[in-house]
Amino acid sequence: MSLAALQRDFRAWLVESDSAAAARIGDRDRAGLTVYQNNYRSQLVACLEEGFERVHAWLGDGAFLAAAVAHIDATPPSHWTLDAYPAGFVATLATLYPDDAEVAELAWLDQALTTAFAGPDADPLAPDILATIDWDNVVLQLAPTLAIGEATTNAAAIWSALSAGNMPPPAHMLDEPAALLVWRHDYIPCFRTIDLCEHRMLDRVREGRTFGALCASLTDELGAERSMATAGAVLGQWLRDGLIVGCK
Amino acid sequence: MPDQTVSGYGLGLRKQHYGDFLDHAVPVDFVEVISENFMIDGGRPRDILRRVRERHPVALHGVSMSIGSADGLDRAYLDRLRALVDEIEPLFVSDHLSWSRFAGFSSHDLLPLPYTDEVLDLVCANIATAQDVLGRPMLIENPSSYVAFDGSTMTEWQFLDAMCKRSGCGLLLDINNIFVSATNHGFDPLAYIDGVPVDRVRQVHLAGHSRGQDLLIDTHDQPVPPTVWALYDYALDRLGPVATMIERDDAIPPLADLLGELDHARSIGAARDRRAA
Repeated sequence: MSLAALQRDFRAWLVESDSAAAARIGDRDRAGLTVYQNNYRSQLVACLEEGFERVHAWLGDGAFLAAAVAHIDATPPSHWTLDAYPAGFVATLATLYPDDAEVAELAWLDQALTTAFAGPDADPLAPDILATIDWDNVVLQLAPTLAIGEATTNAAAIWSALSAGNMPPPAHMLDEPAALLVWRHDYIPCFRTIDLCEHRMLDRVREGRTFGALCASLTDELGAERSMATAGAVLGQWLRDGLIVGCK
Repeated sequence: MPDQTVSGYGLGLRKQHYGDFLDHAVPVDFVEVISENFMIDGGRPRDILRRVRERHPVALHGVSMSIGSADGLDRAYLDRLRALVDEIEPLFVSDHLSWSRFAGFSSHDLLPLPYTDEVLDLVCANIATAQDVLGRPMLIENPSSYVAFDGSTMTEWQFLDAMCKRSGCGLLLDINNIFVSATNHGFDPLAYIDGVPVDRVRQVHLAGHSRGQDLLIDTHDQPVPPTVWALYDYALDRLGPVATMIERDDAIPPLADLLGELDHARSIGAARDRRAA
């Protein structure tokens, strides 16, 4: 048997428990093959447990394991780093829990915070630069770890309660759709819930629009008086959060 | 052939001990880290590694190169590793004589290889590619294994000898892995140690294992057992002074426990030195 054929059979054994493949590898070593299969599956379960701690706590051991097994069966890992494996679990949970939107939103939050933890470094904008900025024409640069996810439920409140070891609130839909903002400030992953107005402002910054253009859009949306106050408040929050890491 | 001739005693750096290594002068000659844990864009782990590197020499030990992949190495992986090597300037760069990836599938486990001429050709070609990208020789570690292949035409130590001669790589000799595989497959661990090219061994791993239902399992969640200490003593008579470390990956104890094990390794090394004098 060629090495390529052997490795194909090993994959079939690990992923599909293919007995014919195991027999071709060598049946006298079935105990050893079982060790490898157990290692493969238990490592992936552990990877998902570690990556989705709050989802695990929310669903409970049995339901989480069933979801993990469904994901592992459907989605063998393909990337060299195990860190890449959890990303697809969010979609699996959305499929498994179509009527419980908080599950996928909790999963997105777990995953986004983990990703931010190891994301690229960038120092927040130094305060002494602010006075020198031409605010009409400046294009702000956001933290490279910034991610925005959908928030239709109180997943953020559930996440916070579970993280603090408190009894989580019952899941419910938000009165108005919002968004979850995740980023890393220094070495600490952070998140907060933002309204759709701030979401649109961030999208415009990410599109490379100037701060002046952003304020003009805000005026069209909110009127002159409210837009000035909103732009100032949001900009101040972004600076305090360390979300702005440069400008040009 | 690796030109580093470092001896001394080290530990695997694990996150449970980051504070110890950053806040105290830990009596080790080097630390070893799992390369993939630091092949990331940024964040606290990279910062910690940089700060530890200011205090200690660092060895990079990989688990995902998949040097035995029939369809070759992952260039993106090698480029990431090269960037880390350039930043850390490690004592050694090592990975395992095993495979984990094939045709778009990644098992994330150290899977066994048959020891044949075909595999020797392939492994040596992959080592050459890796050494070319990394710009330095690698160390290859002997694996623990739970399956032996009827089609193998040479022993593991014969394979390691041929691999080193052809590729110019060095060896990371894991004494626990020798014991685990010898027990599982019924060969003599002393014959293994006698058979490996001792002049190519640059680093030694010491670890513990667990007993499964039918086989010994390389769990790295136990102290180094007496059987492995005895093999280390035997190996040192052939190897001479060599960089040695305790490798603990699970059920991580307080740092003092691992330093105690490292002191035991030092005492075995000192006794060997007295015998050799």
